[in-house]
Amino acid sequence: MAELRTETMTVNMGPQHPSTHGVLRLVLELDGETVTSCMPTIGYLHTGIEKTAEQKKWQQVVPLVERMDYLAAQSNSLCYVLSVEKLLGLEMPQRVKDIRVLIAELQRMASHLVWIGTHAMEIGAVSMLFYAIRERELLMNINELVAGFRFFPSYFRIGGLREDLPRGFHDAVNAFLDRFPGKIDDFEKLLTSNDMFMRRTQGVGVLTQEEALAWGLVGPVARGSGSDYDVRKYFPYTGYETYDFKVPTATEGDVFARYQVRVEEMRQSVKIARQAIQRITPSGAWACDDTRVVPPPKDKVYTEMEALIQHFLIYSQGFTVPAGEAYVPVEGPRGEHGVYIVSDGTNRPWRVKMRPPSFMAIQALPKIIAGGMIADVIAVIGSTDVVMGDCDR
Amino acid sequence: MDASSIIDTLTAAVSGASYEAGSSVDFATIYVPANRLIETCRALADMPALRFNVLIEVTAADYLPREPRFEVVYHLLSIPNRRRLRLKVRVASNEVNGVVPSVQSVWPGAGWPEREVWDMFGIVFAGHGDLRRLLMPEDWEGHPARKDYPVQIQKAVQTYEPLEVSEEEFKANIQRDRLKRAH
Repeated sequence: MAELRTETMTVNMGPQHPSTHGVLRLVLELDGETVTSCMPTIGYLHTGIEKTAEQKKWQQVVPLVERMDYLAAQSNSLCYVLSVEKLLGLEMPQRVKDIRVLIAELQRMASHLVWIGTHAMEIGAVSMLFYAIRERELLMNINELVAGFRFFPSYFRIGGLREDLPRGFHDAVNAFLDRFPGKIDDFEKLLTSNDMFMRRTQGVGVLTQEEALAWGLVGPVARGSGSDYDVRKYFPYTGYETYDFKVPTATEGDVFARYQVRVEEMRQSVKIARQAIQRITPSGAWACDDTRVVPPPKDKVYTEMEALIQHFLIYSQGFTVPAGEAYVPVEGPRGEHGVYIVSDGTNRPWRVKMRPPSFMAIQALPKIIAGGMIADVIAVIGSTDVVMGDCDR
Repeated sequence: MDASSIIDTLTAAVSGASYEAGSSVDFATIYVPANRLIETCRALADMPALRFNVLIEVTAADYLPREPRFEVVYHLLSIPNRRRLRLKVRVASNEVNGVVPSVQSVWPGAGWPEREVWDMFGIVFAGHGDLRRLLMPEDWEGHPARKDYPVQIQKAVQTYEPLEVSEEEFKANIQRDRLKRAH
């Protein structure tokens, strides 16, 4: 019998594949079912947000950066406003800091809920998506309550918040926080000890801590490999040092370890949010008192000439930011989010550069995927939790 | 550890390199000459007192009309020492072709960020080996993040190959696959 002639096959996964999270294209070279090489192609969602931001006034950039990572909108805007406030030298009132912590943690839960739903669905547990999205709907309702916009609230502003908390905010948040831990238990009952889920995830896509850090994957991926790096603990911002929480880690470095880390992160987020909501009074300061940035209260605008002028200046010319540069990182749901801004002292940014965690994760995909099975590709992509809007900007 | 003490440590490790501290509001900033970048990064990553083991990002800024026009910016993170550092390399407009070396040999994760800097600013990293378009279409002309690049342009994307195969090509492909299977 003649010797069997074999050759590798090249397969395009994406950009329209339902499990590649948006418009990621992977060119896979297959030897049977084994992936021998993988080449990611990105850029399908590139919209030039960083270039557009250079044409906008400082405050107008907030809605733009929220549209980068569309599942963690307020994590983007938080690091942007913190960077600008660093250059301006602004210090926020305690209540603003607490509200920002609370919103950031609710955002993390919302993002992780989309992750757990889609990740489990892609591996075959289709019903998880409905349970997860149902809980996320409550968080979207809170966003709508706060800012009138469910996806991109633009609630964080340079100099504080857009406005004070609405009536009924505490009730809505407390109702969610009371309900949610039980729901995480349900999710874990469905997945954590599920034999099929474990077989699809344990020992798949293993990454060591050294590899994860060398490829810049700081965040849940590195924590699944044993690193304890979390920006909230290492470089606390907006008052995280005053909160009591743990940084969950796992040591296996596989898809299941990343799953465990993110589920435990949701529990820790509930813990932080509970502490924050107790500190926040229903009404109080919602912006700093720097008149360069924050428009004067409406009653003064109607009665005092100076206040009217200042109001007009802020809404027509915007404010100027001292020349210099700043990079402030925050711990986003996908890892270290950060914005590098350069100011030339005018009312528009000179350069805005987002540090996208998904970009680094997709760069490292060939490293994780090569040598594995083609069915595991989907599990690995899901475990890195990439968002193409964040990657392509 | 501020910029001057990091510079002292580096000067002892890398002979003959001259560093310069930059002003910053957040963390230490150091200007590095492009010809000593690799040795400097190697020292920053390996020396126990420094141990900058994570490359957070590589980016650039265009300071047109100033000369040197570009600054390539590296954000580094040391997890063991809980410290951040910003490295900067000045690039004049006549030095964009291969004066700055690639730091992939120190941090493998530098590959895509450097490719993006080339895509957006046209700064060629020597020894990179894979400087193709990353975010822009592969047949794009120009480097859009430069300050002299027009903002509002209407431009149709060209493609070198038709996206769909013609009927004849489709039949030829089927025929070719049949022949392959017959072997």
